[in-house]
Amino acid sequence: MCLAVPGKVIEIDRSKSPVMGKVDFGGVKKTICLEWVPEVEIGAYVIVHVGFAISTLDEQEAAETLKLIGEIKWPSESDEDSKHH
Amino acid sequence: MRFLDEYRDAKLAAHYAGKIRSIATKPWTIMEICGGQTHSIVKYGIESLLPEGLTLVHGPGCPVCVTPLEMIDRAIAIAERPEVIFTSFGDMLRVPGSKKDLLTVKANGGSVQIVYSPLDAVRLAREFPEKEVVFFAVGFETTAPANAMAIVEARRLRLNNFSVLCSHVIVPPAVEAILSSPEHSIRGLLAAGHVCTVMGYHEYIPIASRYRIPIVVTGFEPVDILQGIFMTVKQLEEERAEVENQYSRAVRQEGNIPAQELMREVFEITDRTWRGIGEIPRSGLRLRESFSDLDAERRFPVADIHSQEPAECVAGMVLRGIKRPYECPAFAVRCTPEHPLGAPMVSSEGSCAAYFQYGRVRHEEHA
Amino acid sequence: MKNMPDHRKNAVLDFSCPTPLSSYERILLAHGSGGTMTHRLIRDIFLKAFRNDHLALQHDGAVVGALAGRLAFSTDSYVVHPIIFPGGTIGDLAVNGTVNDLAMCGARPLYLSASFIIEEGLEVSELCAVVDSMRTAAAAAGVTIVTGDTKVVDRGKGDKIFITTSGIGVIPEGITIDPRSARVGDKILVSGTIADHGIAVMSVREGLEFETAIRSDTVPLNGLVEEILKASSDVHVMRDPTRGGLATTLNEIAEQSNVGILIRQNAIPLDPAVSSACEILGFDPLYVANEGKLVAFVAPHDADHVLDAMKRHPFGKNASIIGEVTAESDQGVVMESSVGGRRIVGMLSGEQLPRIC
Repeated sequence: MCLAVPGKVIEIDRSKSPVMGKVDFGGVKKTICLEWVPEVEIGAYVIVHVGFAISTLDEQEAAETLKLIGEIKWPSESDEDSKHH
Repeated sequence: MRFLDEYRDAKLAAHYAGKIRSIATKPWTIMEICGGQTHSIVKYGIESLLPEGLTLVHGPGCPVCVTPLEMIDRAIAIAERPEVIFTSFGDMLRVPGSKKDLLTVKANGGSVQIVYSPLDAVRLAREFPEKEVVFFAVGFETTAPANAMAIVEARRLRLNNFSVLCSHVIVPPAVEAILSSPEHSIRGLLAAGHVCTVMGYHEYIPIASRYRIPIVVTGFEPVDILQGIFMTVKQLEEERAEVENQYSRAVRQEGNIPAQELMREVFEITDRTWRGIGEIPRSGLRLRESFSDLDAERRFPVADIHSQEPAECVAGMVLRGIKRPYECPAFAVRCTPEHPLGAPMVSSEGSCAAYFQYGRVRHEEHA
Repeated sequence: MKNMPDHRKNAVLDFSCPTPLSSYERILLAHGSGGTMTHRLIRDIFLKAFRNDHLALQHDGAVVGALAGRLAFSTDSYVVHPIIFPGGTIGDLAVNGTVNDLAMCGARPLYLSASFIIEEGLEVSELCAVVDSMRTAAAAAGVTIVTGDTKVVDRGKGDKIFITTSGIGVIPEGITIDPRSARVGDKILVSGTIADHGIAVMSVREGLEFETAIRSDTVPLNGLVEEILKASSDVHVMRDPTRGGLATTLNEIAEQSNVGILIRQNAIPLDPAVSSACEILGFDPLYVANEGKLVAFVAPHDADHVLDAMKRHPFGKNASIIGEVTAESDQGVVMESSVGGRRIVGMLSGEQLPRIC
C-alpha cells in the first residue's frame, strides 16, 4: 500500500486551515496539505501520499543510510563457525 | 528525483545483494507486508538478485485487494444511483464485485470520478451542491489520516451532500493473524514503510518478541528493499528477533502524532473482513458515532447487501503467503488481468497481477 | 461537467478565427444538415484553413492524379479528452498520426482525408483552434488535406469532436518495412523520450491536474524516417508507439516476428519531469502514450550509423539504442531493470489507472 513520493516544499500558506503549500516533485508541482508537518520550511523535503505530506525527510538519516551500506562489515570466520550448531 | 534515484543505484543494489549472499547460511522465508514493496520487488526483478535459498512471500498489503466483496457491491449500488457522484482512488475501479466493477458502472452512465486526493472529493461536493458526492475511503493507516481530514473538512464547510464509504484496514492485527496461523513458514518480516511513517513502529515490538521474528521497517526502492532483506537475514543468522528501522529517513519510532490524533478523532477500531482471508477482529477502522451523519452506509440503503466469495479464487492463501500465485490452478488460465476471479489479479499491487505481468521470468526458470 | 480550465494558453496556437460564422458561438445541429449553414461552415472554416485546389473544387472526391510506385494507405480515428492540451490539439494528433502510420510503412505521405464528427454545442473558437492546428501540422508534414466530411451529432452523443483521417503515400523502390521482419540480433532504437504525450494530457484531466512544463510530443516523423532510410538499407521494422506505450508496440512486433526482445531500462530516454509525474500517479512510463516517437529494428552493423542520423534530426536528438532482438520468443519482451534484475514486460489488458498502493 501507500504510494508516497518525495518532493521539495516551495510554498507554504499557514493562513489556511488546514495548512496548504506547493511541493515540487522533480519538475511537477502540486498543491499539497502540509498540516501534519508543522515544522517544515521552504526547501525541506517531504513524503507525500494522496495529496498530504506525511513526514519530512531527514537528510542526515538519508545520508547515514547510504553511508552505512558501504560500512557494514563482512562477518568474520569465527562468527560463521559459531552459527552452525 | 532526489531521495529516489540514490535508492535505485545499481552498484548499491549489487553490493547489498552480494552481502545477503555472503551471510545467508540457511534457506529463509521472508514476507514483505506492503503491496508497494511487492510491486517494486517484481518490477525491478529483485528476486533474481537474491541467493537460491531465500524466498520472498508477498503479504496482504494491498488495501485494494483486501476490500471485502460486500463493500465493493455496496459501492457499486451507491454509484449507480443517479443523484450520486461516486469518487474513488483509481485502482479501486477495476476490482471485481459480485457481478461487475465500478468501471462498468461508469460505462453504463454512472457518475464515477477518479480523484488523486480525498480533498478533491470535498471540492467536488462544493462545486456540485445538487449532487450527492460519496468518497470511497479505503486504505491502510497511511491513507486513513488523509480520509479523516476530508471528513473533518466537509463538516467544517457544513457540506450536507458529502459522505464517505469507509473500508479501512490496519496492519498489526493482520500480521498477527498470519503469524499465528499454523500453515505459514515465515521467519522474517519487512514492515510497511509508509504505514510506519504515520503510525511509528512501536506496535511491532511485542509482535517481534511474541513470535520470535525479526521485523525490519523497510522502504520501497530497490536499495531499501535489499537493505531491509539484508538486515532481516543478519538478524536471523544472529538469532535475534528485534524491530529495526531501515527507512529511517522517513520513519520515526513514534510516527506522525498529529496525523494519528486526527485518525483517532474520526475513526474507531472495528472488526473487519479481509477479502480472501476472512474476518480479523479489531483490524478495521470505522467512522465514530459523532460522524455517523457522514457515513454513506447509513445515508444510502445498502445495509441489506451481503455477498459470497467465489470458491475458486484462493486469494486468501496468496494474501497470507501460503501459496504463490502460480500455484493457484486458475492462475493465467481462468484468472487473468482481463478476467480476474479475485482482487489480487486486478490491482497492480496484487501478487497475482504482479506475477502475471512481471514475474514469469523467474518462476519459469525454476519450473 | 463544469467549464474546463482554459488550456488553450498552453497549446501552441497562432490562429485568428476567420469566421463570419462569428454570429454563432457554438456549433448547432443545423451546421450538419447539409444546407446553407453546412456550406458556410465548410467554406468559412475548413476550406479557408486547408486552402488547396482539390478542396476548392468541392467535388465528392479528390482526383489526385497518377502515382508511381507501391501505395501505402492508412486510417485512424482520434478521440482524445481534453481536445486541447499542452503541446497541441486533437487536430495535430489527427494529421501527425496518419502521416506517421504511412511513414512507418516506409512511405512518403502525400494526401489526407479528414472527417469530423462534431458534438452540438462545441464552441466555434475551439473548432477553429483544432482546424488551424491541422493546417499547420499538414504544412509541416508536407501533406495536403484533399477531401473531407462533416457531421454534427446531438449534444451528449460525441465528446466535443471526433476526427478520422486517412492517408495515401508512395513507397520508394526497394524499401520493405514489415512488422514480421525483425531478426535475431537486430538492434532496437527509439527516437527520443517516452511517455510525454500521455502525461501532458493527464496533467489537464479533472481530478488529476498538476502544474508542469511537460508538453505532448506530437510531430510528423516522415522527415526523420527519410533520414533513417538514407542511413541504412537494413531497417527491418519501424513503428510509432501510441496508445499502450512502448511496451505494447514491442510486444506486438515480438509476436508478429516470432522473436524475443531484451531491453535495458537505463537506455530508455525519459524526461525527468515525466518520470516524476509517473511516480506520483503510479504509472509505468513503458505503457504511457506517445505521439511523436518511433522504434526502429536495424541490422546490428548499421545500428550506430542509424543512431547518428537520428540524432542529427530535430525529432531524434534523444535517440537511443535500447536493446536487441533475441531468439527467446516464448519470453516475449524482457527488461533488465536499472538495478540489474530482469522482468517480463507484458501487454496490459486495459488502461493504467492512478493508484494509491
